[in-house]
Amino acid sequence: MASSNLVAFPRPEGANGLSTKKSLVRPDTLFGWLTAGFAALIVAVIVVMVLQMTMASKASMAAFGWRFITGSNWDPVRDEFAALPFIYGTLVSSLLALAIAVPISIGVAIYLSEWAPAWLRGPLGFTVELLAAVPSVIYGLWGIFALAPFLREVLEPALGKVFGFLPFFQGPHQGFGMLAGGIILAIMITPTIASVSREVMRAVPSILREGALALGATKWEAVRVAVLPNAKSGLLGAVILGLGRALGETMAITMVIGNRAEVSASLFAPGYSMASVIANEFSEATGDLYLSALAEIGLLLFAVTLILNIVARLLVWRSSKVTA
Amino acid sequence: MTYEAPLRSNPSEGKINLNVERGASPRRDVRRDSPRPMRVNSEATEVQVHVTGAKMVAEDLHAGFGTAEILKGISLPVLDKQVTAIIGPSGCGKSTFIRCLNRMHEVVPKAWAKGRVLFDQQNILGKGVDPVLVRRRVGMVFQKPNPFPTMSIRDNVLAGIRLNGMKTKQADAEVEQRLRQVALWDEVKDNLTRSGMSLSGGQQQRLCIARSLAMEPDVILMDEPCSALDPIATARVEELIHELRSQYTIVIVTHNMQQAARVADTTAFFYMGTLVEYGDTDSIFTRPKERKTEDYITGRFG
Amino acid sequence: MIASPYRYQLRNYTDRIVRGACVVALILAIIPLGLVLYYVTAHGIGGIDLNFFTKLPTPVGENGGGMANAISGTLELVALASLFGIPPGILAGIYLSEYGDKTFGRLVRFSADVMSGIPSITIGLFVYALIVMRVKHFSAIAGAVALAIIMLPTVTRTTEELLRLVPDALREAALGLGVPRYKTTLRIVLRTALPGIATGIMLAIARVAGETAPLLFTAFSNRFWSSSVNEPTASLPVQIYTYAVSPYEDWHRQAWAAAFVLVAIVLILNLSARVLVRNKVR
Repeated sequence: MASSNLVAFPRPEGANGLSTKKSLVRPDTLFGWLTAGFAALIVAVIVVMVLQMTMASKASMAAFGWRFITGSNWDPVRDEFAALPFIYGTLVSSLLALAIAVPISIGVAIYLSEWAPAWLRGPLGFTVELLAAVPSVIYGLWGIFALAPFLREVLEPALGKVFGFLPFFQGPHQGFGMLAGGIILAIMITPTIASVSREVMRAVPSILREGALALGATKWEAVRVAVLPNAKSGLLGAVILGLGRALGETMAITMVIGNRAEVSASLFAPGYSMASVIANEFSEATGDLYLSALAEIGLLLFAVTLILNIVARLLVWRSSKVTA
Repeated sequence: MTYEAPLRSNPSEGKINLNVERGASPRRDVRRDSPRPMRVNSEATEVQVHVTGAKMVAEDLHAGFGTAEILKGISLPVLDKQVTAIIGPSGCGKSTFIRCLNRMHEVVPKAWAKGRVLFDQQNILGKGVDPVLVRRRVGMVFQKPNPFPTMSIRDNVLAGIRLNGMKTKQADAEVEQRLRQVALWDEVKDNLTRSGMSLSGGQQQRLCIARSLAMEPDVILMDEPCSALDPIATARVEELIHELRSQYTIVIVTHNMQQAARVADTTAFFYMGTLVEYGDTDSIFTRPKERKTEDYITGRFG
Repeated sequence: MIASPYRYQLRNYTDRIVRGACVVALILAIIPLGLVLYYVTAHGIGGIDLNFFTKLPTPVGENGGGMANAISGTLELVALASLFGIPPGILAGIYLSEYGDKTFGRLVRFSADVMSGIPSITIGLFVYALIVMRVKHFSAIAGAVALAIIMLPTVTRTTEELLRLVPDALREAALGLGVPRYKTTLRIVLRTALPGIATGIMLAIARVAGETAPLLFTAFSNRFWSSSVNEPTASLPVQIYTYAVSPYEDWHRQAWAAAFVLVAIVLILNLSARVLVRNKVR
């Protein structure tokens, strides 16, 4: 059925009619490959990062093995490195931050979804989110000149007087220490936990809430009975996300935690976090083993936050599926 | 624009022989040799259709999504400069069929189509055919009016031209001509820079038709163009179809039988992915040959 | 069966107490923000003068120093980071939205989520090993690459989500006019989603403008102007940190002033983004 007037679909190259040979690469295909390439870039960066950090840590891993995590001796002079104080510092400050931030964040989330008047919801929510917008170094600056003196002069003596029988509240009041770190981290992770909690609670179908209200429940009872149980795994995910953020936080905590590598039960004592030791010592580090030890700490941090991130997202995702 | 269909030298020996006289008269005239209603044997695999005066022909078209087959061997001509309506109950494949005619069907993931769809005797489903070019010749109007929200009325009309890199000599004249064609000019001429979304539903739909007309297609496909419109807007669109008929070939899918009776020259009745009956609208609605057609038309199922 | 009036009162009180506790929580959450903003303004405004914006840092003890190089350094780093991070982010976002419903798409999405949770100091370490160690000097380019990696997942996910919000009817309308797929995506879909994407980009920029940790080993710092992008570059956040932990009063004063400028920039960006969203949504 050849015909000479097949000009219906002139090919861009000028040929007329149908052609069975493969045409030149169409712009559409090119575009698809271009975007796919940049999407692959994201995956590539992560893979390369993992490989790079593992390679950099190899020397340290080979030299110290598991002692790296269990030992407390961080001695650059003698090329002896063990990271327990830093792991301890990171964990304690982050858990303290969680202890402070979780009740506050969930309280904020519940208030904003249940009791806040509609016109206030937006501005209030935005204000809480602004907490996350303030750069970490500025929290640190405020921490050095406002929070630490306050802790030293007011809060720590008060706590020491009331709870001094507990080992957590003993020791000299310096202002800079675990407590300061925990408080600042709490301020910084509150918006994260609050906003994810709000999302999770919003995902619970309103029919369930309304059903409880229709039975004569008070607002709090409706939340407690209809919303919270369904949002449980999502809320847990929000908390874990906050934990992940706290673990990775660097500047603010470096500036207030005191930067002394010791393990102490007291919250008033100075400590040292994993991120802080990297920030403080990396540029001064001489010697390959030193650098490798710091890199291994970075790798540990990376691995832990990665796992927490994955678990948190799974929980939030599962929560939204269950309630859908 | 006239169209001369070359005659085939050997009529088919296949099971289907459809002899169609090229008609240009309003649908109410009784023509000699009016198209005979066609019965399709769904087991027929090889179908050859001999058609004169057809702008497009579907030959044994199968189409579907993934493992589901929606169209089970459709063979159907679309006559030039006539309005062909496709009617049938929900899910019978009307929309799938019409979207095969301009290769929009394949845009959905997992969609597939087999068979041939001829446009001026060229198989647009063939290898090496660029769907983009097909769609410049076969335009489409959708169920829900979809003017581009970031563009003004004027820019909407010119959108197809501009995006395709085609040049118009005078853009303003083009806009006026198209808007007059769809009877929208008087209503919007005072302010063409308004957003396309500021018009009413019926006006938006006419704007979309103007946009398609600006591409100067040979065929205009309409997928239930009035189902989102109120009766007055519907009447105006139907009036428009009537006016456009002499210049363009139109295929309209409609779930509203009365609409088909009002606007179409020829009608095809689909049921469950097969073509049950095809013929001029009068015959289909007054003297249907198939039992199923009659049942559908009289409302025994729907 | 009538419920006990006491029980009813108890439930009422419980509700009120919980509500009160939540309000307290809200106040406790917002107070630090107010305190920080107050301190920054109170201590920082005094240090803002012409010198601050025009002079280079002076050695300790000399007055009249400023942070001109840090300000320009931050602008330079943010501009470069945007250059490195925004186009790839948008293109990756387009991929995820238009072609990304397969396994590879899910992998990419997962990677982007992972990337957004990586501590910024780890990213700094990575770029140090990748670039600084190889070329043996700090540079603005390295700093910008680190910042771009931080921006990348945000821009990608924002682009993807906003493109998905654009109704399919628009894509069909354009395809039906014979517009090829790539043009449809770029000139119709992307254009429709642009305001939202711009907002997301503004927020991403606000975030990287304040990042310190990733710059510590990449752009490092500089007491003078950096004459090229291949030199260590001063930046506001790093300067604030350096000055804050130092023992010098004069440097503390400048740190507050710099903090004021930084917070102002970040707040303006955040507020503008919010206003933009509100206007478009209406």
